[in-house]
Amino acid sequence: MLDDTEGYVTEDGRKIGGVVMEMKNITLRFGGVVAIKDISFDIREGEIRAIIGPNGAGKSSMLNVISGFYHPQEGEVWYKGKKRPGMRPYQVAQQGIARTFQNIALFEGMSVLDNVMTGRIRQMSTGMFAQALWKGKAEQEEVENRETVEKVIDFLEIQHIRKTPVGRLPYGLKKRVELARALAAEPSILLLDEPMAGMNVEEKEDMSRFILDVNDEFGTTIALIEHDMGVVMDLSDRVVVMDYGKKIGDGSPDEVRSNQAVIDAYLGVQHD
Amino acid sequence: MPEQLLFASEVFLNGLMAGVLYALVALGFVLIYKASGIFNFSQGVMALFAALTLVGIMEGRVPFSHVINATFDTEIHHFGWHVPAFAAILITMGVMVILAYCVQRFIFRHLVGQEPIILFMATIGLAYFLEGVGDLMWGSDIKKLDVGLPQGINTWIDETTFDAFGYGFFIDNLDIYASIIAALLVIVLVLFAQYTKQGRAMRAVADDHQAALSVGISLNFIWIMVWSVAGFVALVAGIMWGTKSGVQFSLSLIALKALPVLMLGGFTSIPGAIVGGLIIGVGEKLFEFAIGPMVGGATENWFAYVLALIFLVFRPQGLFGEKIIERV
Ligand SMILES: Nc1ncnc2c1ncn2[C@@H]1O[C@H](COP(=O)(O)OP(=O)(O)OP(=O)(O)O)[C@@H](O)[C@H]1O
Ligand SMILES: [Mg+2]
Repeated sequence: MLDDTEGYVTEDGRKIGGVVMEMKNITLRFGGVVAIKDISFDIREGEIRAIIGPNGAGKSSMLNVISGFYHPQEGEVWYKGKKRPGMRPYQVAQQGIARTFQNIALFEGMSVLDNVMTGRIRQMSTGMFAQALWKGKAEQEEVENRETVEKVIDFLEIQHIRKTPVGRLPYGLKKRVELARALAAEPSILLLDEPMAGMNVEEKEDMSRFILDVNDEFGTTIALIEHDMGVVMDLSDRVVVMDYGKKIGDGSPDEVRSNQAVIDAYLGVQHD
Repeated sequence: MPEQLLFASEVFLNGLMAGVLYALVALGFVLIYKASGIFNFSQGVMALFAALTLVGIMEGRVPFSHVINATFDTEIHHFGWHVPAFAAILITMGVMVILAYCVQRFIFRHLVGQEPIILFMATIGLAYFLEGVGDLMWGSDIKKLDVGLPQGINTWIDETTFDAFGYGFFIDNLDIYASIIAALLVIVLVLFAQYTKQGRAMRAVADDHQAALSVGISLNFIWIMVWSVAGFVALVAGIMWGTKSGVQFSLSLIALKALPVLMLGGFTSIPGAIVGGLIIGVGEKLFEFAIGPMVGGATENWFAYVLALIFLVFRPQGLFGEKIIERV
């Protein structure tokens, strides 16, 4: 049995910790549309947690609730053992939750390097005037930020495009730059909305490798949405399955794969 | 050197200095437009308001004294002290930051996501409101502003050029100082936007709101910061113009001078504002010098607008503006 504090060890020997984020009875409505209906699940420290489901199931909405872009009408979000009050997206980001978007949201007019540097902005609104005056400290901080950013750039193998304006990059590389920006924040939780959508096979393999390496080397907790079942089964430790805003499955990839409700949803069995 | 060329060089120099000031005012527009998509019609009135506040504080005037005296039947006008220029400038800057906060908090925070035309109308409202408040606070009489900037002909340049060419250039000290200060400010603003964390955040907000939020940037905070910077630019412009021709309503019309600069340079480009300002400054002075006498003078009133119109026809996005591509 899983419990809140202990966690478990995966087949490949990675140690998964206690619950770091817990969604409790989340309901989100847009007018008449119920995007999320009374869903609960948790995310454990160090694990790769997948959210899957057919189009329009409410997956992106769930990620938007976690990152503060959407505010659910009902339910609670618990982060690091505390109930989280209603928060603006930038506040969530400042708490160490970084994300990427299904439709890539980059600063198109800025270079790759500048884009990744923005990932370091996090605590800027506190003491920013003091910082502007205290030049020495600001400079030192800038140097440290640069080091972290260069490491991330090396890690994701995008050195060759450091100075290129993002607007000129092909789709696959944009996705990678977006991941780099999220990583630069050194997040405790990384949220990825379809990181491999629209990529060719080779790009998908690269991206899978990066996701695994990030998790492995930095122990970053990752929640990701993905349509490609093969990828999901390979990458994730546990999977939440959504359909029409409801949770229809939750467990290890194997458990989920043999769950009848999940099979029905994916085969398009009519709902009553 | 032939005499005509000497005159032209003198005119050129004067044009360049006027141009730096135009660039500065235009920068105030560009900063706000880039970061929030708001075309701030009240930029000129902000300069007037800043200059009024500065004079008021320096002279120790009691704000709202007309209202106070009318309601309480008193006769107070002055606190009886004088504040040194430097301190008064700092206090005025503080007032401009408070103004920036109020503008964001009470107006634009409630208009997020509205059509550009609505935001524009809001700034028109703000312009008239601010003009009224300025009058109410400090009175509508023409005020003299003297923060200690030297004025009058620069004798060194006059003598040096006289010795060299036999013709002394007439260059006003105030123009020299104003253009040096404006040039410094422009450089500082560009460095700020390009190389600091806050500048990067500002550019990020200008580029994509959603992405900016996701990396932890508070839009509200950036907008207050941008309005504060615009307030600072307005203050500097207000000091220059106010020193030159007194603090009065016409000071707010300098904003109109920035319009052709923006059309030339593009509404979103910082280098565009600088180059555009210089072109207009030099262009209008040289045009007046060369063509003015033939058409009866006063070309400075319209030259900038005609130049901007020609530009609008051939290059609507301005010199450095981003290309406008309609997606279909
Ligand atoms: N901002 C919004 N306003 C109104 N309705 C919305 C909004 N965002 C999502 N929805 C609706 O909520 C439902 C779930 O959408 P969501 O984007 O979360 O699905 P998804 O599982 O991410 O789908 P996909 O696989 O296509 O990305 C849909 O019916 C969608 O139309
Ligand atoms: Mg989605």
